[in-house]
Amino acid sequence: MSHTDAHAINEDRGYLTERGFRSWACTLDHKRIGVLYLFTTLFFFLAGGVIALLMRLELLTPGPTLMSDHTYNVLFTLHGAIMIFLFIIPGIPSGMGNFFIPLLIGARDVAFPRLNLLSYWIFIGGIVVILASLVSPMDTGWTFYTPYSARTGAAVATLSLGIFLVGMSSILTGLNFIVTTHRLRAPGLTWHRLPLFIWAMYATSIIQVIATPVVGITFLLLAAERIFGIGFFDPAKGGDPLLFQHFFWFYSHPVVYVMILPAMGVITEIIPVFSRKPIFGYRAIAYSSLAIAFIGFLVWGHHMFVSGMSHVAGVIFSFLTFFVAVPTGVKVFNWIATLYRGSITFESPMLYALTFIFLFVIGGLTGPFLGALATDVHLHDTYFVVAHFHYTMMGGTVMGLFAGLHYWFPKMTGRMLNETVAKLAWAITFVGFNTTFFVMFILGYHGMPRRYAEYLPKYHADNVFATVGSWILAVGVVIMFANFVWGMFWGEKASANPWRGLTLEWQTPSPPPTENFDEIPTVTDWPYGYGKKAV
Amino acid sequence: MTAQRTYIAVWLALLVLTGITWGVSYLDLGLWNVVVALAIASLKASLVALYFMHLRSEGRLVWAFALFPLGFLALIIFGTLSDTLFR
Amino acid sequence: MGGVTGDSREERAYALETAKLGIWCFLATEVLLFGGLFTAYTVFRLRYPDLFHAEHLKLNRLLGGTNTVILITSSLTMALAVAAARQGRKKRLQIFLLCTILLAASFLGVKYLEWSDDFARHLYPGTNLFFSLYFTMAGLHALHVIAGMGVLTTLLVMARRGKLGRSRHTPVEIGGLYWHFVDLVWIYLFPLLYLVG
Repeated sequence: MSHTDAHAINEDRGYLTERGFRSWACTLDHKRIGVLYLFTTLFFFLAGGVIALLMRLELLTPGPTLMSDHTYNVLFTLHGAIMIFLFIIPGIPSGMGNFFIPLLIGARDVAFPRLNLLSYWIFIGGIVVILASLVSPMDTGWTFYTPYSARTGAAVATLSLGIFLVGMSSILTGLNFIVTTHRLRAPGLTWHRLPLFIWAMYATSIIQVIATPVVGITFLLLAAERIFGIGFFDPAKGGDPLLFQHFFWFYSHPVVYVMILPAMGVITEIIPVFSRKPIFGYRAIAYSSLAIAFIGFLVWGHHMFVSGMSHVAGVIFSFLTFFVAVPTGVKVFNWIATLYRGSITFESPMLYALTFIFLFVIGGLTGPFLGALATDVHLHDTYFVVAHFHYTMMGGTVMGLFAGLHYWFPKMTGRMLNETVAKLAWAITFVGFNTTFFVMFILGYHGMPRRYAEYLPKYHADNVFATVGSWILAVGVVIMFANFVWGMFWGEKASANPWRGLTLEWQTPSPPPTENFDEIPTVTDWPYGYGKKAV
Repeated sequence: MTAQRTYIAVWLALLVLTGITWGVSYLDLGLWNVVVALAIASLKASLVALYFMHLRSEGRLVWAFALFPLGFLALIIFGTLSDTLFR
Repeated sequence: MGGVTGDSREERAYALETAKLGIWCFLATEVLLFGGLFTAYTVFRLRYPDLFHAEHLKLNRLLGGTNTVILITSSLTMALAVAAARQGRKKRLQIFLLCTILLAASFLGVKYLEWSDDFARHLYPGTNLFFSLYFTMAGLHALHVIAGMGVLTTLLVMARRGKLGRSRHTPVEIGGLYWHFVDLVWIYLFPLLYLVG
């Protein structure tokens, strides 16, 4: 690899040169497809965020504030469904994964570029169907539990079909990444020299390929129950509503690792760069990604402790749940060991990466309260659960996504963000996030149930606190996104390697040319040799 | 021509096995009916996978891809049974 | 631009291996797609053995058996088509692809007879749990047969246009693997639904 031109500014707009609708809609370039995914998913992040602000506004007072109970039920369903299916699942995997997997492994594209484009358009098709279901919006919660979802007047069958399509897109993307990782690594890039983001994405893809079809068939059966009157989930016909929950969580639990593993991968790339130290425990981090993926499949029953499931199953699933903590802990300790005595600098990607660790540890450590059979009976379906998964999903995944966006922005757009504004946005977001969600742990512990438009007056003060927090959080996110838009058009031109990174994407111009590399690089070492030799 | 001959032999074997399942289903073996039926089905499936799908001549990676989902199939069945059988 | 296009001999072999991994990966998801139904089958069969026994007698074993033979034979013709493609024998390839398509069509024809008979006897997907399972499992499988016919027809068109041959048989290999999988699923569905209910 030649490093001579690593700091030269490239005037060429690289893969962004071609303009026009067709050049994007029919592109086979994994980078463009990644950008399309990022725009789509970030749009739905903002949409879901606006819905969340409306919900928090309703909860400003204990009684009715500005909407009917039914509207509130619709809004929390939409918030959940949009954030889960249209933002957080495809966000990092399909967006950043598409853009960076081939770059990080020194390939010219993914293994099946056409399939990649197809999966984007299937995703868009799914979104259109989901939007069509808004004519009679869902009020079931994003979990679609039967028997209510089989009977409500809302357009459940339409939404199910939409999610089936989105899932199909997710499967095809995962399949593409698995084969890409096996087949298209640059010469010399052995498995133990792979960037850890690739390991995380590989584990993620396995979950997508194995778990997603189960939710696909579940939603098909739900639709069939409504259309043909089949009775798998209907107790009146001898069916079993819990079977729906088993199927649903066989997918939806592993899929929380589809959400978190890529974010872990992103920050694993960022931490050594801004600590100027080799990653600590490379193999432990790599294998813990796989371990999380596999153990994640064994624990779905912990969502069903109070559903009337058998005690035997409850005990087994509760016991197994604690094993997830082991590989997760391995990762956290290795990140901290990497930071230890590093030459740490606090650029915006690093601030978000450190925020990830801090918030994710809080989110992670509140998990065992819910995974333990006894405490879950008390905490189930309270705001404690809401706080727990927002700390892992928003404090974890979304912060990981923000970290990645700030880290890779120069590579994707060829321009730099305004660092001062980025830090300001980070500070406001951090304060806003904790103000919004930390009180929810307390509210939940005191027994405030989730998914109600109204609550007892004794919870009022904490809810006002959380609602004000949601406004602070919104301000932070708006500033951040304004910075993205500004940076895209007017940011300072970026050099090929502004952060002095060693992974392969930094060895090609910013933005990268359509074919990624002039010459496919030959890899001779792992990408984490920071601080040992001058870069 | 040897490949074609193998295929035809496999096809004949599949037909014979289909006949056997058919015949066995008229005997009342209690629980063993299911076991025998599934065993024969698995034998047939293995023949299709090994010869028609050429798994026999594939490398370790393809074998891994082929066998991998079966573990998860067992997982979803037995995981769900751990609830429904003991409820 | 794509990762695996190219025209040299090694590149073609490499592309075939890559495509094979892709299709096996896809079949893995298919296993789990049917997996949900097999789980439901197991749960309900263990819960209602008498219902399953009484209801499965209402199915037509003869037609089910015929379909099994048809599908197994279509697997044979598909395997022969792949062999023909590997050897670059274009005429044979087209003949065997056509046979496979016709067998698939007759499978659906028999299915049509069976289901219209079921409906005539007022046996619907909503009748009871056994028939819910029967119609969803066989129905999902039939959808796969239809999709497979689409794949096979595409291959036949490609073959007629001379786009398949000794140096370009990857599509036939991939389509073949998918078709054999459709056969594989039926190999399990037949005894589970028709014979041991």
